[in-house]
Amino acid sequence: MRFVVLMHGDEAVWRDASTQERAAIIDQHTAFAAQAPQRGCTLVGGEALTDVAVATMVRRHGDHLEVTEGPLAESVEQLGGFYVLEAPDVDAVTEALRELPEHYAFEIRPVLDLD
Amino acid sequence: MARTSDGSGGAHPAEAGPALELAWREHWGRLVGLLIGQTARPDVAEDAVADAFAAAARTWPTSGVPASPGAWLLTAARRRALDVLRSEAVRRRKQPLMVVDTELRERAAATTDPGSHLADERLRLVFTCCHPALAPEARVALTLRFVVGLDVADITALLLLQEPTAAARLTRAKKRLAAAGIPFVTPAPDRLDERLDVVAAVLYLVFTAGYQPGPRDRGLRVDLGDEAIRLARLLDEQLPGRPVVRSLLALMLLQHSRRDARLDSDGALVLLPEQDRGRWHGAEIEAGLAVLRDLGPASGLAEEYRLQALIAAEHATAPTAADTRWSVVAEHYAALEAHTGSPVVRLARAVAVAEAWGPAAGLVLLDGLDDALPHHHRPPAVRGELLLRLGRAEEAAHEFERALMLVRSDTERRHLEDRAAAAARAV
Repeated sequence: MRFVVLMHGDEAVWRDASTQERAAIIDQHTAFAAQAPQRGCTLVGGEALTDVAVATMVRRHGDHLEVTEGPLAESVEQLGGFYVLEAPDVDAVTEALRELPEHYAFEIRPVLDLD
Repeated sequence: MARTSDGSGGAHPAEAGPALELAWREHWGRLVGLLIGQTARPDVAEDAVADAFAAAARTWPTSGVPASPGAWLLTAARRRALDVLRSEAVRRRKQPLMVVDTELRERAAATTDPGSHLADERLRLVFTCCHPALAPEARVALTLRFVVGLDVADITALLLLQEPTAAARLTRAKKRLAAAGIPFVTPAPDRLDERLDVVAAVLYLVFTAGYQPGPRDRGLRVDLGDEAIRLARLLDEQLPGRPVVRSLLALMLLQHSRRDARLDSDGALVLLPEQDRGRWHGAEIEAGLAVLRDLGPASGLAEEYRLQALIAAEHATAPTAADTRWSVVAEHYAALEAHTGSPVVRLARAVAVAEAWGPAAGLVLLDGLDDALPHHHRPPAVRGELLLRLGRAEEAAHEFERALMLVRSDTERRHLEDRAAAAARAV
């Protein structure tokens, strides 16, 4: 099964982190990538995202593309990154997340099979 | 469907009814588990097993009960599951039929069992239905459907829900079970204990649901108690010495020992003091007490069940209702209330205190309970009872009227009507 793990967290944690603290966070992501296969997970992809403040929203209305700044950040927790994993089940994904920083809330979403 | 051709012959068609009932109890959960293991599709598995039982209900009465009902049902269910998966594959034009068949057969043959440290399929099914990624209400509904095999109408009645609510809850839960990637395995040994509390809580809900007199006036479902105890014993065998399982087992054995005395011949509720103690199952009481004796104070849910079991043990060992050591019961309830903070426990404690030290002492403990338990008929019902004993019949009648507006079960309604009438006579 393929899963996407959406990482929600307070953007201030990274923004305000010192060099050492940032290094520690990166180490945890590195450890996650290294440990995932031992939990039965294959890392397919993933990215860290810049702040929602620099996001751009686009909506298509027929031929017209409406481009705005946004989305408006209404909550402290924002999407800060994601991973794509191939895993036998949600438990394997859950276990793999033990390596990642505590300041995230992880949303595990199975990928819709369109075949 | 054809009668089994193994030559040993089946039972007489007239025995199809009881045989079907027995097969349901023995095989439903096991078959659902087996098929989920083979298809990795809980939705398909459950439908297929339901279809197999429907086929059995149609054919067994005329063609006889097969010599091996379990094997017959498995064959029918497996065939049905295969049909569904095939037609899905065709509809999606994804794979040629042969591939599906081969895959299924391979999966069936391999039956990879990461949970082989827990052999029983039903138990694995319980762990799946009690997965923490499912909402607590969904776990109970799923367990009642997948493990016990109840239909939506029964689940509705047992969980005291409205039928559309129960149906929607079950549908949502099934969808989630099939789509969220929840595995059909028992948790890894080092993760097992943290999952045991959830499983124990669900088993106890299954157990108590059987004793909840349903609004459809269907009486008690003591077979649910049997099933819950059977599953708890299975857990205890596979995972020996876990406090939460041991204390749950003790509690259920002691409570279940009274099952035959809880309703009279007309199906009316018989309260503990009036129960015929000769109809309590002595051997089960002994078994429960033996488990309880080895249990020391614990924490969390294990302690909650242990304290409840101690209370049940006091009742079970009192030779007559009048001999009940109510002060001991009241102390256990005080400990239980301190441990859980539950208003329901406080209500029970008030009853015990009233028995031990008089109705006035019990009445004090009821203060504020109506706010904590709104829509619940028992606070006014108990208050009415205690007021009546204090000779305050007019207030008692008023409380019984309030309770009657809230009560949902017909069995309890009749009891409350009797008490309201008694209060009215005493005014």
